[in-house]
Amino acid sequence: MPVLAIARLELLIARRNMWVATSVILMALFTTVLTLAGGAPTGTLGVDPLMVAATSITTLSVYLIPLIGLLLSFDAISGEAERGTLALNLTYPLSRGEILIGKFIAHLSVLGFAIAVGLGLTAGLTIWQHGSGDLSFAPLLRLFATSLALGAAFLGIGYLVSGLVRQTGVASGIVIIVWLVCVVLYDLGLLGALVADDGGAFTKTVFPWLLVANPADAFRMINMPQVSVSELTSGISAAGGLSVGVSGFAGQLTSLLLWPLVALVLAWLSFRRVEP
Amino acid sequence: MTSLALKNVGKTYGDLETVRNVSLSINAGERVALLGHNGAGKTTLMRMILGLTPVSSGEIRVLGTTPGSRAARKSIGFLPESVAFHGSLTGREQLRHFARLKSVAAAKADDLLGRVGLSDAADRKIRTYSKGMRQRIGLAQALLGQPKLALLDEPTSGLDPISRHEFYDIVDELANGGTAVLLSSHALTELETRTDRIAIMSKGQLLADASLAELRMAAHLPIRVQVTTTTETADHVALELGGERINGRSVMLRCTQNDKVSLLGQISGLGDLVKDIDVTPASLEDLYRHYSVSPQEGS
Repeated sequence: MPVLAIARLELLIARRNMWVATSVILMALFTTVLTLAGGAPTGTLGVDPLMVAATSITTLSVYLIPLIGLLLSFDAISGEAERGTLALNLTYPLSRGEILIGKFIAHLSVLGFAIAVGLGLTAGLTIWQHGSGDLSFAPLLRLFATSLALGAAFLGIGYLVSGLVRQTGVASGIVIIVWLVCVVLYDLGLLGALVADDGGAFTKTVFPWLLVANPADAFRMINMPQVSVSELTSGISAAGGLSVGVSGFAGQLTSLLLWPLVALVLAWLSFRRVEP
Repeated sequence: MTSLALKNVGKTYGDLETVRNVSLSINAGERVALLGHNGAGKTTLMRMILGLTPVSSGEIRVLGTTPGSRAARKSIGFLPESVAFHGSLTGREQLRHFARLKSVAAAKADDLLGRVGLSDAADRKIRTYSKGMRQRIGLAQALLGQPKLALLDEPTSGLDPISRHEFYDIVDELANGGTAVLLSSHALTELETRTDRIAIMSKGQLLADASLAELRMAAHLPIRVQVTTTTETADHVALELGGERINGRSVMLRCTQNDKVSLLGQISGLGDLVKDIDVTPASLEDLYRHYSVSPQEGS
């Protein structure tokens, strides 16, 4: 199976390049801190401590997971083209699609492993602090699954960038910009537009689409159904916007599932055009 | 059996014509050397045979199939010019990976590491390898699964003379096993005895495609005869034979293949005046220069 051979090699490279260790340490560190810090104020308020932890981890994951995903993927094609390994690889009997899928499997495994370790620590720490009595693990499982989808989307975007440009240096610059736009500037832009529109047609019709179109926002909403979204969008909810319609749960889920698929297909199309 | 057939193949990049109307065929077990300046189109030609870049005109058949098809790629071994690998892998890991892609057993890959003399370095990271060692890994991966067609682009660059010798031994073995070998090189002297046929490219065109003997015959290049005498007699000998005096005590003569024997008779007629004779037929280097600067005379 050429796909598995590629995945195996990429995993090995990721381990050698310390990408596995770096991702795991990052995730473990942040989830531990957030679980301990997030658990402190809840005390005996009766709020599910795992829910609180999941919520604070979500805020962080929105930044961290796209970043790790893009860093794992940005040199997947351009790096090989630049090193000169791509031409030789393409003379072997396997398709470009198989190469791409193989790399994707490896990188998603790295990401999945890091997220699993981080969330595992969260679960462990919470049980240790509060006992396992009446904890609901549903938020954690949802966070894990959606984190994977978010990571997959940004892996695909990274491959797309990597296939479009020839130099790794340029690719790394572009993915940083992509990251900044998706997780920071996009929301600021939307917020600005909302303020300017002041509850007009934009807020009611275009805004929900735009909100859910960004995988990072879809991820945030799906994991914080009760907390910040209602704060963030309280104005819009009043205008009849968020909890139903395109930016509701179905829309969020569609966005998170569609993005990896679309990004990978686009990445494959760009990879097909690369002449090593 | 024709392993590789090129028919009127051309390649243009925009206005630039890098390969023009090249026809060439290689049979199983044949070793063909592809010569040419930098930029003559050798690498482009190989890339087209591999299916890495499409042909602009003409047709290429690799073992009866289209270049770049899975069947074609399965049966091709390729060693790129300045071969590169991921530096954080070991030689063994890299080669086993390639073996998996070609459905070759891991043990075969390990055998090949030994065959190219890398057994001791197999478990070291490739980034610590010298250029010659990387070239050996490159060669080993090209040999995986006994390919039916081997394309070797500048295979001996970076190899020391002993390694070059071993390399050609491996090429001979490949060819004996029925592999058609197309290799390009700048090191002309080593190709003379190690290939069956020479193809010379210049400015994208194929100027010659024949065995070394045939090329020599067609080129009519003079045979050089150097007669060593003494300082005192050199002038006399030069006058007698009609040659040109060089380095004080030698005389350089040029003759055609047909005149060679009579000239040698004339020289031996001089008796004691002659201390030594060297007869040098046109070398591959002479032939290469001849064919690549006078295209109209190419066959």
